[in-house]
Amino acid sequence: MGISIALAGNPNVGKTTLFNELTGSNQFVGNWPGVTVEKKEGVLKGHDDVKIVDLPGVYSLSPYTTEEIVARKYLVNEKPDAILDIVDGTNLERNLYLTTQLLELGIPVVIAINMMDTVRKNGDKIDIELLSKRLSCPVIEISALKGEGCMDAADHAIAASHDNKLVAHHNFSGEVEHALAHIEEACIHDMPLEQQRWYAVKIFERDKEVIKDLSIKGEILKHIEADIRLVEETADDDAESIITNERYLYIERLVEGCYERRLIKRLSQSDKIDRIVTNRYLALPIFALVMFLVYFISVSSLGAWLTNWVNDSIFGNGWSLFGLEIPSIPDAVSSLMVAGGFAPWVIGLVVDGVIAGLGAILGFLPQMLLLFLMLSFLESCGYMSRIAFILDKIFRKFGLSGKSFIPILVGTGCGVPGIMASRTIENINDRRMTIITTTFIPCGAKLPFIALISGALFGGAWWVAPSAYFMGICAIIISGVILKKTRMFKGEETPFVMELPPYHMPTLKNLLRSMWDRGWSFVKKAGSVVIGASIIIWFASNFGWDENGFGMVSMDNSLLAIIGSAIAFIFIPLGFGIWQAAVSTISGLLAKEGIVSTLAVLYAGASIGNSGDFWTNIAGAFTPLEAYSFLAFNLLCAPCVAACSAIRAEMNSGKWSAFAIGYQCLFAYLVSFIIYQVGSFVTGGGSVIGVTIALIIIAFALYMIFRKNKNYEEKL
Amino acid sequence: MKTLKDIPIGGKAKVTKVNGQGALKRRIMDMGITKGVEIRVLKAAPLGDPLELALRGYTLSLRKADAEQLEVEEL
Repeated sequence: MGISIALAGNPNVGKTTLFNELTGSNQFVGNWPGVTVEKKEGVLKGHDDVKIVDLPGVYSLSPYTTEEIVARKYLVNEKPDAILDIVDGTNLERNLYLTTQLLELGIPVVIAINMMDTVRKNGDKIDIELLSKRLSCPVIEISALKGEGCMDAADHAIAASHDNKLVAHHNFSGEVEHALAHIEEACIHDMPLEQQRWYAVKIFERDKEVIKDLSIKGEILKHIEADIRLVEETADDDAESIITNERYLYIERLVEGCYERRLIKRLSQSDKIDRIVTNRYLALPIFALVMFLVYFISVSSLGAWLTNWVNDSIFGNGWSLFGLEIPSIPDAVSSLMVAGGFAPWVIGLVVDGVIAGLGAILGFLPQMLLLFLMLSFLESCGYMSRIAFILDKIFRKFGLSGKSFIPILVGTGCGVPGIMASRTIENINDRRMTIITTTFIPCGAKLPFIALISGALFGGAWWVAPSAYFMGICAIIISGVILKKTRMFKGEETPFVMELPPYHMPTLKNLLRSMWDRGWSFVKKAGSVVIGASIIIWFASNFGWDENGFGMVSMDNSLLAIIGSAIAFIFIPLGFGIWQAAVSTISGLLAKEGIVSTLAVLYAGASIGNSGDFWTNIAGAFTPLEAYSFLAFNLLCAPCVAACSAIRAEMNSGKWSAFAIGYQCLFAYLVSFIIYQVGSFVTGGGSVIGVTIALIIIAFALYMIFRKNKNYEEKL
Repeated sequence: MKTLKDIPIGGKAKVTKVNGQGALKRRIMDMGITKGVEIRVLKAAPLGDPLELALRGYTLSLRKADAEQLEVEEL
C-alpha cells in the first residue's frame, strides 16, 4: 500500500518550491472539490509508492477561509500517513503556530525548517536538536531554493509514517486542560486516543464545522458549555482567543533557549527595498512604472506581436521559415480536405468552426503565458502583496482588492488573461467582484467597433474612444459599490491582515512551471466551450432557408438572421431594434472583432472592401444616438465566449458564472436604455414614458449606490 | 484607552487587549497579535491606510479600522 504525505505550511514559506523539488515533473494539478483552491499532487522522486499532496498555504486551521477549511478537511478526513510541515526559519514564532495545531491531529509530523541559509546569514541561531526534543518530532534543516535537505526531509517523513501515532506534547493552562479533559470524556472517549486532542480543542473553541460533523447531542453540548463558560469567565476572554493566546505563549516558551535572534538589527535587504518601493512619495510612481512594463510587454509589444503572429500566420495567411513557405493551419487543412473531396459544408465546419475556435484560444495563449510569467514573478518576489498594500484604500471602496488593478489593466488588452489574472486575489469576494467587472473595460477586440462608430457617425470625434474607457471605469466603480452591498457578497468579513513577505528572487524553473500550469489549465477548461460555441455560431450564420430549401445560404437568409429578427425587438427601447444590429451583437459573442466584420458583410452591399460605402451605409442605418447606444451595449454586455469560459473557469461555479454574465447583460441593457431614452428626450424626440422609466432606473441605481451597507454594520 | 491606531509611525506598543469577535478577531490573533505582544508601527501606505507593522520578527499590514480593535500600551 502506498504512503501519502501532506505538505503543510504558511503561505510564502517556499512550499511550492519544495513540492517541485520533491516531485519533479510528476505532478497533477486540479481543484479541491467544490472550491477554486488549486490542488496539487505528485509522486515523490524515486519512490513510486509515495504520494505528496500540497495543501494550500494557511496560517491556521481555523474554520474561516476556504483554504483553511480545505486543508483541515483533507488532514482530518483523508488522514495522510505523515505531515511534512515546512517552517520559515526566519519567522519561527508565527510559523510554529500552525505546527502546534498540526501536532494535535494524531498524524506523525516532520518539521522542515526552510531558509536556513538566510537564518545563518542574518546571524540568527536555531538549536535544531533542542527544538526537536521539545516538540518530540524530527526537525530537519532545508533550503528548498537550493534543493538542500529536501529528500532528507521526505525520507524522515516516510520513516515517521511507520511510527506509532503520536499524542501532542504541549499543554494549555490548568483550567483549559481541565475543560478539555471533560470534553474528551463527555463526547469523544470512543475515538482513538491520538485523535481526541484535536477534536477536544475544536469543541472547546465551539468550532461549528466540527460540532456539526460529530453530531453531538444537545444536552451534552449544554453540559460542556458550562465548562467552557467557566474558563471564559476566569480568563475574561472567549474560548477561541484563549486557545490562540495560549498557543503563542507556549511557542514563546518553546523557542526560548533554542532560538537566538541577533539583537542589533541591521536593516535587512528587504527593509531597504521597501524603503523605496513602499515609500510615501515613490510608491505610486514605481507602481505605475511596473504596471506600464507589465502592460507594455504582455499586451502591447511582445505579447501583441506573438498573438498577431499566431493569428495571422499560424491561423491566417501562413508564414515562412528560412525561405520555406509554410501554409497556415486553416489553409493547410482546407486544401487537404478539398483534395480529399469533402463537401464544402464539411470543410466550412472544420475550418471555420472547429479550427477557428481552436485559433481563438491558441491565439490568446502566447500573450497569456507571457502575462502569467510576469504575474508569477510579481507574486513570488513579494511585490504583489505590496500592490495590495499601496492600493487597498482606493479599491476596497468598490469591493475590490488592490490586486484587482492588474486584471483590469490587462483587460484593456484582452479580457481572457485579465480574468485569469484575478487568481492572485485571495479573498473570494474580491476575486468574484474582479471577475464580474474586469470585462467592462474595453478590450483590444472592441477597438475596431469603437473606431467604426466614431468614424462613421461622429466624424472621428476625439471624445468617442475616451468615453468608452470612461464608461468602462464608471461601470466597474458603480457595479463594485452596488454589488458589494448585496446579500451575495455578504459572508464572514475577513479583515485585511496581510503578511508582507521579505522580497526574494524566484527561480526561473518555478516561474516557468507556474506559467505553464496556469496556461494549460486555461486551454483545457476553455477549449471545449469555445470550440462548441464556434461551431454553433458558424452553423447559424451559414445555414438557412432560401429558394432551394435548407442549406448553405448567404448571411441575409441564415438562421442567425432569423434569430436576429426574432430578438431584435428586445433592442427597440435601446434604439437599435433592427436585425442587423442583433446579428452583429450575437456574432460579437464569438469574438468582439466579429461585430465589425458582420456589419461589414451586412452593410457593405455590392461594394465589399470599399470602406467609404460601408461607412455611408452604416451612417444611413443609425442616428448618432442609436449608434452610441449600440456601442455602449456591446462594450458592456457579456464578453466573447473565450472570456465567458474564463469566467466559468475562474468562478468554478455555474451559478456565479451565470450571475456574472447575466449581470453584465442587464447592466449593459440599462445603460443603453438610459442613454437612448434620455438622449432622445433631450434632443427633442423620445417618449415621456421612456424617459420616466430611465429616470426611475437612475433613481434606483442611486439608491443602490448610496444605501447603507448592511453587510458591514458595526459588530458590537 | 489607547489603541494601536493612536501610535505614531515609528512608535512601539504592547497589546493589552484584542477586541472584536468571530472571524475578524481570530484572523488577527492567528497572525500573532495576541495579548502581550510588542508591535512596531513601521509606516502607513502612501494613501494613509493601511499600516505596516512589525511583530514576532515579520511584517504585516493592517487597516486602521482593524488597528482600532487593539488596545495597547505605548512603549
